[in-house]
Amino acid sequence: MNLTIPVGVQYFLEETGRMARFTGRFFAEAFRPRYEVQEWLRQCFLIGNKSLSLVGLTAFILGLVLTIQLRPPLLEYGMESELPYIVADAVIREIGPVVTALIFAGKIGSGIGAELGSMKVTEQIDAMEVSGTNPFKYLVVTRVMATSLMLPILVIMASAISLLGSFMGVNIKGNTNASLFFGHIFQFLPMSAIIPSLIKTIFFGFAVGLVGCYKGYYSTKGTEGVGRAANSTVVISSFLIFLIDLVAVQITDLLGFTS
Amino acid sequence: MDTGIHIAPAEPLGLKVNPVIRIRDVWKRFGSNEVLKGFNLDLHPGESVVVLGKSGSGKSVLIKCIIGLMQPDAGEIKVFGADIPALNHEDLDQIRARVGFLFQSNALYDSMTVRENLEFPLRRHWIKIGQQEVNAMVMEALDNVGLAHTVDMMPAELSGGMRKRIALARTLILKPEIILYDEPTTGLDPVTGKEISDLMVEIQEKYKTSSLIISHDMKCVERTADLIAVLVDGRCHVLASYEELRNATDPLVKQFFE
Repeated sequence: MNLTIPVGVQYFLEETGRMARFTGRFFAEAFRPRYEVQEWLRQCFLIGNKSLSLVGLTAFILGLVLTIQLRPPLLEYGMESELPYIVADAVIREIGPVVTALIFAGKIGSGIGAELGSMKVTEQIDAMEVSGTNPFKYLVVTRVMATSLMLPILVIMASAISLLGSFMGVNIKGNTNASLFFGHIFQFLPMSAIIPSLIKTIFFGFAVGLVGCYKGYYSTKGTEGVGRAANSTVVISSFLIFLIDLVAVQITDLLGFTS
Repeated sequence: MDTGIHIAPAEPLGLKVNPVIRIRDVWKRFGSNEVLKGFNLDLHPGESVVVLGKSGSGKSVLIKCIIGLMQPDAGEIKVFGADIPALNHEDLDQIRARVGFLFQSNALYDSMTVRENLEFPLRRHWIKIGQQEVNAMVMEALDNVGLAHTVDMMPAELSGGMRKRIALARTLILKPEIILYDEPTTGLDPVTGKEISDLMVEIQEKYKTSSLIISHDMKCVERTADLIAVLVDGRCHVLASYEELRNATDPLVKQFFE
């Protein structure tokens, strides 16, 4: 029997293999001196600073909208007093990390893909190598480590801002003071909700950074390739965010962190 | 066919001693496309050799093999006596600190100012120098290309000719003994192209560097070349002076002068 692999499947398998090798190289280079600490700190600042306003604004709207939409059905079942805890649980466990990661993929991931792609086609990566610099370490390791660190921090901030939005949402049609609202959340919200959701955001950040760097670093075909690198970074890392989320929920469920 | 000039032999005669770059029987292919098929060349101290060839003939591949950005499939490339394909990263960096590379696209870092662009190779190669010394070296390199006033500008604010000069200043900052030029005048208007060519000659005279220039701009070739290696079909077809080649009857050589 003559078995032929469809072109799409073949490309997918090849691309997965190349990405796996790229990931392996990341770990090999990340733990070997020389450490590019200064560039890593600069990337942390740029990545955090660039996404702060967008993440903050969307998180605020998210908390506000979620509260306004949840209020009527909870009123119907006489559970209005549970509103702060329900919103907080949804935001901290799932909506905050996933939405922030998707925004992060769109803003930071595509930026990394385009930046590295542009550096590749204009020979800046070669120039770096000629200047006695390991471009993989200087460009890839620093960015992936920065996205892995900064996304959890952004998620913490986004969740806090989202709860602030929720508090304002509660006060549009009701009258609850801040100490009662936040006191209720922290009374019932377990640490088992917070820790796993923060851990998974490290993986979200890692995936966004790694895909952006991979697509940019191996960008081809000139400026068209730069656009393609940015675009495919968003598509692939968004898919990976949901995939990681799926795996994470299975693991947390197995370990009994979902209750 | 008698071209009136000598064909580069497989093993060039040792008329001069100790070439700074020695290339022997270098082969390189991409898939089924063989771009270099046994290329030979020597570059001697203080000499300026132009590698002349059509677009896509493998000139840029050759120059990238010399600096270790690409690996040849076979053959020997020695720079200052060191076998480039066999070197580890640390040893290769030692050689690269002595060899400047001017990229065709200039390769200035878009996210850095002119000063940061020039400081970058200094900081990476010579980690233990003070800021005062770094500043002095940056200004000297910029003075050499007549663009000291652009020190705090971003590359995007500069014209094509200015970007080329800044790229040249970045190449010069480590005071290299060899400079590799990859199509230094491509994309520039004739006046700016002439200025860059004159600057290359000026730099060579001032710093006594050896130059290997990849080009198909005959005005640049005429101004800068002591010897010209014509790259045809992956090999060094001819190695001769500009005057000798201009009078050649070989159609493969004549096409560049028409």
